[in-house]
Amino acid sequence: MTDLLAIGTRKGLWLARSEDDRRTWRIGEPHLLAQEVAAVSIDTRRDRPRVLAGIQYGHWGPSVVRSDDLGASWEETESGAVRFPEDTGAALARVWQLRPDTADRPDVVWAGCEPHSLWRSTDGGCSFSLVRGLWDHPHRPTWEPGAGGGAVHTVLPDPGSDRVTVAMSTGGVYVSEDGASDWAPRNRGISAVFLPEPPEYGQCVHKVAVDAGDPARMYAQNHFGVYRTDDAGGSWTSIAEGLPADFGLPIAASPTTPGTAWVVPLVADMERVPPGGRLRVHRTRDAGVSWTESGEGLPDGAWTAVLRDAFCVDDGDPTGVYVGTRDGCVYASTDEGDTFTLVAEHLPDVLALRAVRLP
Amino acid sequence: MSVQVVLPGVLADLAGGAKHLDVDPAGGTLADLLDAVAARHPTLDRRIRDETGRVRRFVNVYVDGEDVRWQGGLATAVPDGAVVQVLPSVAGG
Repeated sequence: MTDLLAIGTRKGLWLARSEDDRRTWRIGEPHLLAQEVAAVSIDTRRDRPRVLAGIQYGHWGPSVVRSDDLGASWEETESGAVRFPEDTGAALARVWQLRPDTADRPDVVWAGCEPHSLWRSTDGGCSFSLVRGLWDHPHRPTWEPGAGGGAVHTVLPDPGSDRVTVAMSTGGVYVSEDGASDWAPRNRGISAVFLPEPPEYGQCVHKVAVDAGDPARMYAQNHFGVYRTDDAGGSWTSIAEGLPADFGLPIAASPTTPGTAWVVPLVADMERVPPGGRLRVHRTRDAGVSWTESGEGLPDGAWTAVLRDAFCVDDGDPTGVYVGTRDGCVYASTDEGDTFTLVAEHLPDVLALRAVRLP
Repeated sequence: MSVQVVLPGVLADLAGGAKHLDVDPAGGTLADLLDAVAARHPTLDRRIRDETGRVRRFVNVYVDGEDVRWQGGLATAVPDGAVVQVLPSVAGG
């Protein structure tokens, strides 16, 4: 059994492997060096795992590249895997999310991009089609860019239905129940501190994760506020009680243990550092009713931040938890966040982490 | 009609390793020239222009030494025998 951890950074991609059930990691040479890798996925539904990376060639624009040999070689669709149709008048600015769909939809991959857009591939990520239902939504002209840009950064296809949930900054949560044709905002209860009244949409939801036990139960880390929904976004209630701060970027849920999720609190939007400089995760075992600080092995004196996709879990047992920081450190936990070990340091800013178990 | 396109080394791989391309565009503008380049080397074209056809923000294109931003942009005339240079601007970090 090999565990593979993909580390997308501001200046390249690294792949780390563990052959001893995630206790120790060996990090390889850089891939795509000097390219920004803001999105990465490892698609294990194929005969050979496919690494997809959303990259930014600096001066030369964004693109999606893929590797079927774990980084030994990379391919790029000549005309561009994500390419706005001419009638939109838009140009791809950045790929924020690459999300393989479920095992029974083996060639479907979703991409969330900037400007705010959702894309669907039916050929494993070689080419994507713009999801017109969301692009043509009458709200779209009023979705404003957050500090990092205006993008769909979270895509959550439901394994058991045609529901697709996306989150965007700003814009908030939108849900389609018909396989991504029609979309409606689902932000009731989520705050927007930068607007005078809580709106129907326009929130700056930073990340959303789905509970292991119920696909209608989701957790959201908002631009101030941590929330849970039990009805697929119909309404959201605060679960921030017990956290040292309700600001942060990522949120992750265990893929196997219902009610278990993690956040990484930061002080505030204008103070994006861990409280007291102590980098820690906070875990709930009861769907947000209570939170426990954990993270032995994570540093003190850490005046850094963890970005929304620089935090992930794997599907191991117990769940592995991975933390990447803006100062280029990566930590792994094999005990659901109780303790962490250092996987890598002195990398560029970590933008995206994904971990999988390979057979 | 023959126009020489000069590429920076970082883009040469996308043109089969060539830093100089001899191109025969269908028309006499920069857009025509880049369309001809795109037909042969679509990935190279995506590095120079986005999908709306605009030259990327940090890519500079010179026609016979003149920055097209201060000429006609994509409508800049590219005469027979011209040398068109593609350069990355100063940016990054």
